[in-house]
Amino acid sequence: MSRPRLRPERVLLYAVLAFVALVFLAPIYVMVVNSIKPLDEIRAGNLVALPLQPTFEPWLQAWSQAQIGVQATGLKPYFLNSFLMVVPAVVLSTAIGALNGYVLTQFKVRGATLIFGLLLFSVFIPFQIVLIPMARLLGELGLAGTVGGLVFVHTVYGIGFGTLFFRNFYAAFPPELVKSARMDGAGFFVLFWRLMLPNSLPIIVVNVIWQFTNIWNDFLFGASFSDYSSYPLTVALNNLVSSSTGVKEYNVHFAGAFIAALPTLVVYVLSGKYFVRGLMAGSVKG
Amino acid sequence: MRTRWLPALVLSPSLLLVGACVYGFIAFTVVLSFTSSTILPLMEWSERSNYERLFGLSTFALSARNLGVFAALYVGMCLVLGALLAILIDQKIRAENVFRSVFLYPMALSFIVTGTAWKWLLDPGIGLERTVRLAGWEAFTFGWIKDGEMAIYTVVIAAVWQTTGFVMALFLAGLRGIDQEVLNAARVDGARGWRIYWRIVLPQLGPSFISSFVILAHMAIKSYDLVIALTGGGPGRDTWLPSVFMYQFTFTRNEMAVGAASAVVMLVAVAIVVVPYIRSEIRQARRAAP
Repeated sequence: MSRPRLRPERVLLYAVLAFVALVFLAPIYVMVVNSIKPLDEIRAGNLVALPLQPTFEPWLQAWSQAQIGVQATGLKPYFLNSFLMVVPAVVLSTAIGALNGYVLTQFKVRGATLIFGLLLFSVFIPFQIVLIPMARLLGELGLAGTVGGLVFVHTVYGIGFGTLFFRNFYAAFPPELVKSARMDGAGFFVLFWRLMLPNSLPIIVVNVIWQFTNIWNDFLFGASFSDYSSYPLTVALNNLVSSSTGVKEYNVHFAGAFIAALPTLVVYVLSGKYFVRGLMAGSVKG
Repeated sequence: MRTRWLPALVLSPSLLLVGACVYGFIAFTVVLSFTSSTILPLMEWSERSNYERLFGLSTFALSARNLGVFAALYVGMCLVLGALLAILIDQKIRAENVFRSVFLYPMALSFIVTGTAWKWLLDPGIGLERTVRLAGWEAFTFGWIKDGEMAIYTVVIAAVWQTTGFVMALFLAGLRGIDQEVLNAARVDGARGWRIYWRIVLPQLGPSFISSFVILAHMAIKSYDLVIALTGGGPGRDTWLPSVFMYQFTFTRNEMAVGAASAVVMLVAVAIVVVPYIRSEIRQARRAAP
């Protein structure tokens, strides 16, 4: 079908879309533009104007000098905390999810439907319901206030999504391939390692992106289970923005917010297709 | 054969962890909500019902009322705007990918980032109000974020901005799955433009609508980060939600049992929304099972 020619209603359509796009882009534009303005320029001028004297000072401030909690360390150590938290948690929950999905689809498991239902419900629960006992468990395990504790928490609550992602993917896996591999004598792990996993790249990418985004962006667990030494970036950013007494350094806040947004934005830009697929898989079909 | 017990063995650590850390912890919190715990969990039944106390507290009533306003507007606006954007994008436009990516990118951001950006955007001192005034419209005022009556609506604005693109993507997937023959038949019968959407397309988007509703409604009930970053629950307590109430009562006001009760109420609210959805998913899974 050929594209419709440019009629008045088409012009209106593009005008509306462009306007909405501007509204969606405005906050990120304001964030970037004001993160490179000196503070008095923000106070004197308007928020959408381009900087008269661009400066990267606010970025340096946010990254390595701003006061967060007791010390003036900037966001740098907390950025590192977030990475130390997110990498093992993503690897673990992806590996566990893949194995579970494999078992649930390729073997007869008693109560498989019940397990599916319980896992599905577990991804919807408001985490407030587990905060108190989890705080206690982490204390007893000696993991309270540590990055390791956060890795544990995110891995546990990532099992549900990971398992569902892989379960749905493996449920559509060609049965004749599995059958012939079994005839050739492939055992449990050989089948998984040699056949399933090498053919799972799309769902691995989807799961990794989904878990990375969720865990990187988490605030509630970070705020509940970490302390000054183990804050993830979101908690540190919130402390920076909300606790600053005296002069509000808007430019530093904007720079900090952009630093916190950067990793997930990069992932989104590089892999938009898989990001969308994850959103869909995580919602439309359980 | 080795493979008889291996699958169960591989699955069991996960089942144990989810069983303990989701369902065991839910049971623990429910029990806690009937105790007299204050700072630490205490296994001692409370004389008075914590639920009675919870529902009698004006702060909880305020939190629940805020959630009602927030959830209704957030879910409603996201559904309407998301569906509209999906329909606009579905008009065989140029640069569809660019528009889609622009509408969806906020979903990649943390609510803390969103909250920080909108906090200063909506701040009358440096944000929108001042910018419009400098542009010449000097009587313009937009100070909702500092106004106890209106502040909850700023949370709606930021949350709708963050999630509309997601709903658009869900509806777009639905639109692309519509039977083209039905559409063509309607065109042959003389249906045109918006009537096609209103009479034929929208009724077929039921599944997209239901998934969007379930996701949005449960996100609304769980909302916490955005309020903390945007308003900190303020001015005063005017933008408290049950999630903020739970955190405050449990961890700063030493009323753990009441905090636990509020968490149970939140869980029940989420369950009301998602359990019917999960039941239908399970029915489908049964049908698809080998």
